[in-house]
Amino acid sequence: MKPFAYVRAGSVQEATDAFAAHPGVRYLGGGTNLVDLMKLGVEAPTALVDVTRLPLDAVEELPDGALRVGATVRNSDLAAHPAVRDRWPALSQALLAGASGQLRNAATTGGNLLQRTRCPYFQDLSKPCNKREPGTGCGALRGVHRDHAVLGHSEQCIATHPSDMAVALAALDARVELRGPEGARSVPAADFHRLPGVHPERDTEIHPGELITGVVLPAATAGLPSAYRKARDRASYAFALASVAAVLHLRDGVVERAGIAFGALAHRPWRARRAEDALVGAAPTTAAFEHAVDLELAAAEPLRDNAYKVPLARRLALDVLGRLAPPSTT
Amino acid sequence: MTGTETVLGAPAERREGREKVTGTARYAAEFDVPGRAQGWPVPAAVARGRVTGVDAAPALALPGVVAVLTHENAPQLADPEDPTLALLQSPHVPHRGWFVGLVVGETLEAARAGAAAVRVTYEAEDFDVTLTADHPGAYVPDSANGGFPAVTEHGDPDAAYASSPTRVDVEYRVPPLHNHPMEPHASTAWWEGDRLTVHSSSQGTTAVRAELARVFELPEDRITVFAEHVGGGFGSKGTPRPDVVLAATAARATGRPVTVALPRRFLPTVVGHRAPTLHRLRLGADADGRIASLTHEVTTHTSRVKEFVEQAAVPARVMYAAGALRTAHRVAPLDVPTPSWMRAPGECPGMYALESAMDELATGLGIDPVELRIRNEPETEPDSGKPFSSRHLVECLREGARRFGWQERDPRPGARAAGPLLIGSGVAAATYPVLVSPCAASARALPDGGFLVRVNATDIGTGARTVCAQIAADALGVPLERVRIEVADSGIGFAPMAGGSSGTASWGWAVHEACARLVTRLAEHSGPLPDAGVLAEADTSGTADAESPYARHAFGAHFAEVTVDTVTGEVRVTRLLGVFAAGRILNARTARSQFVGGMTMGLGMALTEDSTVDPAFGDFTESDLASYHVPAHADVPSVEAYWVDEDDAHLNPMGSKGIGEIGIVGSAAAVGNAVHHATGIRFRELPLTPDRVLAALLEHEHPAGTLGV
Repeated sequence: MKPFAYVRAGSVQEATDAFAAHPGVRYLGGGTNLVDLMKLGVEAPTALVDVTRLPLDAVEELPDGALRVGATVRNSDLAAHPAVRDRWPALSQALLAGASGQLRNAATTGGNLLQRTRCPYFQDLSKPCNKREPGTGCGALRGVHRDHAVLGHSEQCIATHPSDMAVALAALDARVELRGPEGARSVPAADFHRLPGVHPERDTEIHPGELITGVVLPAATAGLPSAYRKARDRASYAFALASVAAVLHLRDGVVERAGIAFGALAHRPWRARRAEDALVGAAPTTAAFEHAVDLELAAAEPLRDNAYKVPLARRLALDVLGRLAPPSTT
Repeated sequence: MTGTETVLGAPAERREGREKVTGTARYAAEFDVPGRAQGWPVPAAVARGRVTGVDAAPALALPGVVAVLTHENAPQLADPEDPTLALLQSPHVPHRGWFVGLVVGETLEAARAGAAAVRVTYEAEDFDVTLTADHPGAYVPDSANGGFPAVTEHGDPDAAYASSPTRVDVEYRVPPLHNHPMEPHASTAWWEGDRLTVHSSSQGTTAVRAELARVFELPEDRITVFAEHVGGGFGSKGTPRPDVVLAATAARATGRPVTVALPRRFLPTVVGHRAPTLHRLRLGADADGRIASLTHEVTTHTSRVKEFVEQAAVPARVMYAAGALRTAHRVAPLDVPTPSWMRAPGECPGMYALESAMDELATGLGIDPVELRIRNEPETEPDSGKPFSSRHLVECLREGARRFGWQERDPRPGARAAGPLLIGSGVAAATYPVLVSPCAASARALPDGGFLVRVNATDIGTGARTVCAQIAADALGVPLERVRIEVADSGIGFAPMAGGSSGTASWGWAVHEACARLVTRLAEHSGPLPDAGVLAEADTSGTADAESPYARHAFGAHFAEVTVDTVTGEVRVTRLLGVFAAGRILNARTARSQFVGGMTMGLGMALTEDSTVDPAFGDFTESDLASYHVPAHADVPSVEAYWVDEDDAHLNPMGSKGIGEIGIVGSAAAVGNAVHHATGIRFRELPLTPDRVLAALLEHEHPAGTLGV
């Protein structure tokens, strides 16, 4: 095997310093994806900086009503956290819809965001993949792509992002907090992941050496009706065929705020801005929901094997929106 | 449990259960003999062609890499019985994933890194991996798997069909499927001079030894094969696999013990799969539902390496009293991995199609599907005319209907809903033949009052040890605790593999025979037993394999309840109930486990399992258990298995039929029929994943073109 260094970081500073000291390094969280990729030869880091013992394992209520989730909080713990269950139920539901109990016990908040696509061509070194090896082509485009993207894909890459959690974070206006050589910053969760364009090898907007330190759920979406729904091939331990997270704030019979994000349709959680814009100020009717969702999905460009994803996503979104605000008129 | 009257049939616990759950049971890859090296195969990266060059230097330069074996330097092997085992003998690449090399390393990690570093160049050729019903390469083989005639015909099926007032002419598709046992195929091998010892994860050591003797040109008595614990096989370990030939080859080449444990990702291409089957069923019936004509035609694929023909039309020769009957198989050789046995080969995909068509016929006739089957119960086996040794399909259907609450069912499709969920129920019949093979066994009475029974059975998780001990205790008339049993060692004697639902019948017959002889011998003996005890041996050759004047099959009935989510097209099986008539049940605990396991696998076949042939690359898309979806616990909320007692004197001394496979036969049809009942839509291609179901729901609810997005 390719030997690699292992560094257990005791502080964020130690972690980012260790990262800077080793070219070809990776941060190690729960390892549920990275270790698999190392076994497959897809990842071959020179060093692993284990960040699981950093003091980032707390879920902290902030004075303004927001919630800061440390990067090393395990997916199971986050899903079960009373504040999350009460005030951002979509996130709890999304976490519980992901992976298996064993994986959720190991997977971290930061690692979940940074997991790689499960595209089988990405995982198979004998096949071309622009994400794994830029310039080799996209095996999935020619091959089997029932599970692949219908929105925002490119000639170079049709992979989807596999996370359920990230979809909920995108809809809930969460922010991802980062610390790197240039200091701390935060980016909206909805903008954290990228579309593939001509650089599918870059999954996120993270800068080299930056470490995810946490995720902040804002007060603005706290306590609003929210939900996550996922369609999948089997009842547990399967990635989404399509999913939707939504949060809806109604005031005086009209939509004041809507957050909608689709999963498994694109290279990133797909924040449905067009649909949201169409809903704001409208009465929460079935017709309004249909109009908004159709407006969003009009941009879909399904491939040979995955046209089903568009009506599936549509029905999931209408179902979830309908539950959040049972239409008073139709 | 200690009473001699109840030992056979009692729910005795698995003898090796504690070892397994505490992790002390050793599997083939876990024999860490001194000096052991590890092998990691190099799979071909083209779907058809030949290796033009191998550069092993980068691999050999890595620390811990011991050897790189390819067709250029591997020991020459004699031609195997199974051509998929002619490994590292030629540059020819018959399919993607075929092993073109093996890297031997001091550690698994070194071998894996070495395999990644070997540079192989190929001359790639155009390939064809796509099966179609009208594939120009398809032909009628001499026989289908199991030696069954490829084509049979009775009466004039076309004329009888044409004159039938109610007709069904339908096509079904079953995709390739994979066995994927929990324990991947693995072997550890070492040579001492010209003696070869192997621990192999196999369903039968006798066949492994025979193949090794053949390829290494050794007398069988110089080879010992053990398979002490095997973590499932489902047919894929029924024949020797590349791991054992590669381990023995590498051990010979390096002079060291070598373990080859196949990585999960390599299994789909090298240890067989259930070949895809394209079915056409034509059923014609009179107004009373009596079948005048039944035609079942199957087209399947095989590889270029060898012919394997999934015998999917064979169960139609057994099931119903059709006035005229035609069954036929065609096979197209493609550049695909080689298919092989998977749990209930033939019966499983064949009965999916036949039992789905029966449901369509019942709908067409307006007859209850349970009743339709009862009305077509044959007097004798339709194809052979032989009388059945026992046949209790009707009892299974009636008992299942009673337990399931079938009579309360509203037969109208799409009539039951709960919110967005449509609810339906379905029924299907099951059948599996009684197979039995000769076997050797011995029984020794020991001076301490115990008994040692030896039979080269393989316990692949079924409870074979336990049930063989029960058979022995019953025949000896002693408490179960006094019987020790030794299995899974080719040195014990010849035995058939754990396959074809024939293991218990075959091994058990020999065990029973040896024990019965021992009882006679002990009756003749007086005084204390000598130190060596008293031995009796048995060999059932000529007895177990004697031609039977009876048609011998197990039968069963499945009842399924499903929900279909109209939002997503997700189908879930909320209840699956099976009733089986399989002779005498020898261990209530392990038998139930077999039935439930088979039914669960059938549920997976219906809803989730699918190996997609990649038209661009030539292999299967799903290569791990995250993407090849076997049912998870959440998919299986309720599976119930029951049996009806059968007293059949024409089987074996225990009166048992096989139970390992019938659970999977027909269960997918019951689920599919329930989905039709729920939705009013016929789905004729498996699996019933949300993409397919949703597309049909949309089509059904809205005229084409008005779906919006």
